[in-house]
Amino acid sequence: MVPVERTFSLHVPSSTENLVMIREFVTSIGEQAGLPPAEIMKLETAVDEACSNVIEHAYGSDVTKEVSVRATLDDQILEITVTDTGIGFDPSTVEQKGLDKLMRGRKSGGLGMLLMRKFMDTVD
Amino acid sequence: MANPFSIARSSQDGITILALEGYLDAHTAPQFEKAVQEEFEAGRIRLIVDCSKLTYISSAGLGVFMIFVEEIREAGGDIKICGLAPKVYQVFEILGFPSLFDIVDDIPAAVKKYEETPVRES
Repeated sequence: MVPVERTFSLHVPSSTENLVMIREFVTSIGEQAGLPPAEIMKLETAVDEACSNVIEHAYGSDVTKEVSVRATLDDQILEITVTDTGIGFDPSTVEQKGLDKLMRGRKSGGLGMLLMRKFMDTVD
Repeated sequence: MANPFSIARSSQDGITILALEGYLDAHTAPQFEKAVQEEFEAGRIRLIVDCSKLTYISSAGLGVFMIFVEEIREAGGDIKICGLAPKVYQVFEILGFPSLFDIVDDIPAAVKKYEETPVRES
């Protein structure tokens, strides 16, 4: 039997106020995919981090811009794509500092990317 | 929409307790940052962050701990964390926070930790 692919999309204005809506959307997709709560939490966190980056860095908190989250689900793979038209960057070029180094530098930058990499199979 | 995040402040034995409720993400983290900043500037550097009513945390919230803890420790204080729900603890744990912060079950345990280890070495 050919697996049925389902696609869901959410488009919201680029504001951190909408992160809760994005997390609820992702949680709902995770539940539809039959993921256990611990996996849904990872998904929710990783997408939150990606969208926070878009809102704060790619769009510089410009609420006239839009953040799009697209989920594609079949019986094997759940793929989430976050799309923006802002300033891009290559995640592979982000230097991954350890927590102690960040702490000594009194910096929090890089924690989001670290979380995404820890929680997801692939981030690109 | 109801306020998604709130902070209740109290004190006990010269220790400030910041009790967080709701979710701590990029939208609400500035409130937490402001609260810690105010405590630090007022010279209240023995802090307990009670997370027993915290339902979610992202890197923005975790970042607040990272930004302040060194400075607070250098001044002779600390930030001790308590009451993490398993879902929230998982985020702290995967980033290695337990090796850098005292994380305990509840407020009495955090107060006791101050008696044993007033300042944790970074």
